[in-house]
Amino acid sequence: MAKVLVIGEQADGKLNDAIAKVVNCAQAIGEVDVAIFAKGGDGVAAEAAKISGVNKVLLVENDVNEHALAASLAPQIVALAAEYTHILGSSSTVGRDVMPRVAALLDVAQVTDIMSVEGEYSFKRPVYAGNAIVNVDVPNDKKLVGTVRVASFKAADQGGSAAVESVNVDAEIPTHTRFVSTETSGGDRPDLQSAKVVVSGGRGVGSEENFAVIYSLADKLGAGVGASRAAVDSGFAPSDLQVGQTGKIIAPELYFAVGISGAIQHLAGIKDAGTIVAINKDADAPIFEVADIGLVGDLFSVLPELEAALG
Amino acid sequence: MKILVPVKRVVDYNVRIQVKSDNSGVNLDGVKMSVNPFDEIAVEEALRIKERGEAEEVIAVTIGDSAAQEQLRTVLAMGCDRAILVEAPSDLEPLAVAKTLKALVEKEDAQLVIAGKQAIDDDSGQVAQMLAALLSCAQATFASKIELAGDSAKVTREVDAGLETIEVDLPAVVSADLRLNEPRYVKLPDIMKAKRKPIDTLSLAELGVDGTNQLTVSNWSAPSAREPGIKVEDVAGLVGKLKEKGLL
Ligand SMILES: Cc1cc2nc3c(=O)[nH]c(=O)nc-3n(C[C@H](O)[C@H](O)[C@H](O)COP(=O)(O)OP(=O)(O)OC[C@H]3O[C@@H](n4cnc5c(N)ncnc54)[C@H](O)[C@@H]3O)c2cc1C
Ligand SMILES: Nc1ncnc2c1ncn2[C@@H]1O[C@H](COP(=O)(O)O)[C@@H](O)[C@H]1O
Repeated sequence: MAKVLVIGEQADGKLNDAIAKVVNCAQAIGEVDVAIFAKGGDGVAAEAAKISGVNKVLLVENDVNEHALAASLAPQIVALAAEYTHILGSSSTVGRDVMPRVAALLDVAQVTDIMSVEGEYSFKRPVYAGNAIVNVDVPNDKKLVGTVRVASFKAADQGGSAAVESVNVDAEIPTHTRFVSTETSGGDRPDLQSAKVVVSGGRGVGSEENFAVIYSLADKLGAGVGASRAAVDSGFAPSDLQVGQTGKIIAPELYFAVGISGAIQHLAGIKDAGTIVAINKDADAPIFEVADIGLVGDLFSVLPELEAALG
Repeated sequence: MKILVPVKRVVDYNVRIQVKSDNSGVNLDGVKMSVNPFDEIAVEEALRIKERGEAEEVIAVTIGDSAAQEQLRTVLAMGCDRAILVEAPSDLEPLAVAKTLKALVEKEDAQLVIAGKQAIDDDSGQVAQMLAALLSCAQATFASKIELAGDSAKVTREVDAGLETIEVDLPAVVSADLRLNEPRYVKLPDIMKAKRKPIDTLSLAELGVDGTNQLTVSNWSAPSAREPGIKVEDVAGLVGKLKEKGLL
């Protein structure tokens, strides 16, 4: 039977929400263990143990694991690999950084962005910004290393009670890569990737100051905030808000695209959104081809009116 | 110091690709091909490093069929000193591409590789990390800033939570994100000059690389289309629709 190791990402003592989705994908393949790499990771391991369907949580504590550096994580993951047929990470920046490094150390190819499991060694994944879907078959005599496109999976339920096992790994951790600092834009708005509602602004918003209208509507709706690449490149919004092929791929129930034209690369990030609302002053903007509800108008009059109507 | 920049020939980012009706791939007949946009950014960064006097030579490499010479000419016109074409099937998978690049890094003794963060055709995002693993060296993916300081580099990375800065010893592999720089436009005289720059051609066998893919890719299909939407006249109409759908 297939045995899957899921790499459980953590930051600041919290398990990444994406992991419950990766576990859900992994359950379609076989028995699932979760590995946590942390400096003092009891809390994170306990969170992972509560995900229903997890068989066992492996806790690898080491001071170098305070920050997720691919160069340090990869040899530790490889040291755990022997017992597993599959090793899965998420499509987060941590997963995308570390998993190919793991694959190459194991001399196996990687399947990026698994969107469905067709068989133990058969998957579907998107290519060309999601404009085509392909089947990928992997040789079953090799370990499978992959990342899971989290927007394609629901989170596994809570309510599990897996055992947590502390393990020591025999891995040589290189010194050529050192953490220096992080800078987060922070704020207490819902996280873009797990928010039920997201309001995104594009170049049409015009400036960083004007982006206040996006934040204001988002706060009214309890929504997360996103941005197009043009808005990020122009300095209206920080880079971690970029939605799209090369930004975040999200699946909110409700998505507002405000002053966004609807380039292929942007649409790639919202294919799984429930309802897409587009507000754009150009009636011919391509965003209206995918929007469920379109409103042609100037965002600077529409947004205040909408806020007022929401009471 | 030499900088190696892998560049891939891909369908231009403006093209709306079509899946072939027999599900065997996407239609590439007469489709515009370009340098992968992230690789253009990588080339630009390498050139700026050289122009600051921190590198002597920028070498562009592509692994694919000979049509990719066109893309090599483009980056030579941008300012790369020379280029290498490794002849291989254009669908060579990232692991084999990384193995080929490893052989070239060793052959050229390059201290820095700047690749793109992903190829916009296969969207794999694997080559840079795999290459770093094979070279047992440092990697810095999704870079939005690179500062060299002797035999190390400080790299700012675009991560989910914001920006992260790490320090890596050279040799290292960096992958370029969108905000690293804005690539220069090539001018006509540069295109003329680039015609005289050398392109070496090598085979996978000469580099000792096995070019068989492990993955089998098949059954191409278009993603399921969304239901056609509606347009509302005004804010009241929008609010009404959202309420009807139970979203407000
Ligand atoms: C390699 C690569 C990767 C990329 N990755 C991404 C990605 O991940 N995400 C992404 O978003 N893009 C990405 N892009 C960029 C993408 O191609 C588009 O350039 C970008 O999405 C355009 O952003 P925009 O819609 O905000 O700007 P524009 O296309 O300029 O559209 C602005 C829109 O605002 C409207 N507007 C202007 N004023 C108003 C007003 N007052 N009221 C209402 N509407 C108004 C205009 O009618 C227009 O439709 C990528 C590009 C490349 C080459
Ligand atoms: N066939 C290739 N030839 C040269 N460089 C490549 C090739 N494939 C990928 N690369 C490089 O690796 C990066 C990431 O590609 P990928 O891992 O396929 O998404 C690209 O941006 C290029 O810099």
